[in-house]
Amino acid sequence: MTAGLETKPAPITPQDPHDPLSAAVLAALDGVRDPELDEPVTTLGFVSSCAVTADGVAEIRLRLPTYFCAPNFAFLMVADAYDAASAVPGVRRAEVVLEDHFASTEINDGVAARAGFVQAFDGEAVAELGDLRRDFLRKAVWAGTDRVARPLAAAGYTEHQLAALSLGQTPDSRDLQRLRARRAELGLPDGDDDPLLLDPATGQAIGIEALPLHLRRARLTRVSLDANSGICRGMLHHRYGTVDERGDTE
Amino acid sequence: MYEKDGEKYFVVDSHMHYWDASPENWVPGAEQYAKGWIECFHAYMGLAPENTHWPIEKFMNYGEETMMKDLFEDGYVDVGIFQSTYLKEWYTTGFNTTERNAQLVEKYPGKFIVNGRWDPREGDAGIKQLEEDAKRYNLKGVKLYTAEWREGSRGWTLKDPEAFRFLEKSQELGIKNIHVHKGPTIWPLDKDAFDVSDVDQAATQFQDLNFIVEHVGLPRIEDFCFMATQEPNVYAGLSVVLGGLMHARPKFFAKVMGELLFWVGEDKMTFGSDYGIWEPKWQVEGLVAWDYPDDTYSDYPRVNVATKKKILGLNAAKLYDIEVPLECRLPVPEDEPASQDDAQLVDAGEARR
Repeated sequence: MTAGLETKPAPITPQDPHDPLSAAVLAALDGVRDPELDEPVTTLGFVSSCAVTADGVAEIRLRLPTYFCAPNFAFLMVADAYDAASAVPGVRRAEVVLEDHFASTEINDGVAARAGFVQAFDGEAVAELGDLRRDFLRKAVWAGTDRVARPLAAAGYTEHQLAALSLGQTPDSRDLQRLRARRAELGLPDGDDDPLLLDPATGQAIGIEALPLHLRRARLTRVSLDANSGICRGMLHHRYGTVDERGDTE
Repeated sequence: MYEKDGEKYFVVDSHMHYWDASPENWVPGAEQYAKGWIECFHAYMGLAPENTHWPIEKFMNYGEETMMKDLFEDGYVDVGIFQSTYLKEWYTTGFNTTERNAQLVEKYPGKFIVNGRWDPREGDAGIKQLEEDAKRYNLKGVKLYTAEWREGSRGWTLKDPEAFRFLEKSQELGIKNIHVHKGPTIWPLDKDAFDVSDVDQAATQFQDLNFIVEHVGLPRIEDFCFMATQEPNVYAGLSVVLGGLMHARPKFFAKVMGELLFWVGEDKMTFGSDYGIWEPKWQVEGLVAWDYPDDTYSDYPRVNVATKKKILGLNAAKLYDIEVPLECRLPVPEDEPASQDDAQLVDAGEARR
């Protein structure tokens, strides 16, 4: 447990547990990730409320660790939440509101109008966010590689064995499934016969001579993501008194 | 100076502030940004030990007396380096300007160093201003914000030919420490403002200048490390790493330190408290007492007294030509070069893949 960050109960219940449609929408939000942290907005504590009205309107409120969290990532999360909620059968319309953020108005109005990022921030942005999202998916692949490969190395797999391992031969785990899903999203090889270790930029397999550096870089990326996530959780906890549930763990 | 177990640590706080964010200084019409900004900073303080938290009123404007006590009486700091931040769109007299900081440099001789700034988009006028500032404040360093907006321009990079002109001028004026803010940034909205590839190119081109990347590119530590390992004149400014992680996330802190020690090395890491976000006292005490929590970190470089002495003050003292008392120095072996290490961890071509 984390020194200095005492655990408190969450002040807001994100859903009405007796309403199956609200529960379905909340479950759909599990698929919405903070693209920078590669974690669901639900487990990060970013969903402050989620309910569906009698006439089928999904009302979702999101909150972030600070007033000045990067607007590009905020926009992606609001837009993704809108899409995820809209796709739930029984939901007629979705309303997603980002709370307490310096760009709340632009983001909320832009997503509601189905406008892109550039249009939402008239004059303040010139590029859409597809490239940014891809950059961070690539980082997620690096970090995911460490989550899968490090335990194997610890269990005695040699460098030669790791370099030769295919996805189908790799012991199954949630981390492996997550890594394959990220690779599929990026258009990288994700079949059973494809190698576990590949270059996230080119899709090429990693040769034995490049393997030590590859694994070092994978770990570095994971450490960076985890540390960043840790700071975000701490800030959210400070701002809203949320449960700091993952704490300082692996 | 901090003394522990018979060892004396010379402390250079290479990243600290003296700001005025009180409501009286908020620009009319921009109050929500001025308020949002300082509240955001204040939330970072929440990551420190609870007995060092301040109420927001004190945090907005802590004043000279408090700062002198927190740094020099309680915080073990020998020399503090002001990194000026303007934000004049939100704060009428600026958040903490070179002028405001320079007054304290004069008032307390030997205690502070003030760094200047430049912006390549200011052209000839900017060069002239830099020449004047260098002379007036005896500048040895500057702090640069590449993501800053200016008259319709959405930031700049160190790769720009105009920036090269300013780097050349800096070199000529004896400004050898280029602190680059690569950390949390708001504008430009659609850019990844943490991109460090421009530092890479400038560091290769200007090998006599030192590039200190503040906040180690947080939250993109991996991009920073990968670049820094290839450039002998690139340094890791540890502000936020210590303040934000050491207490609140000790295991992640250990890993981040391990990675930095591996990729960047103990000769190129500099302590910064980021005061007034965090007080230096607990950070200095904590770093000196720190080691990896257990042997799961065994493949990271080891830390010892020398490592901590370098990080807390000796590295920055070297960058800024600060005289270190004999009792705080490290013995220099005769066969070891005292300056930058020239060993590179990995072949550059391999590392860039």
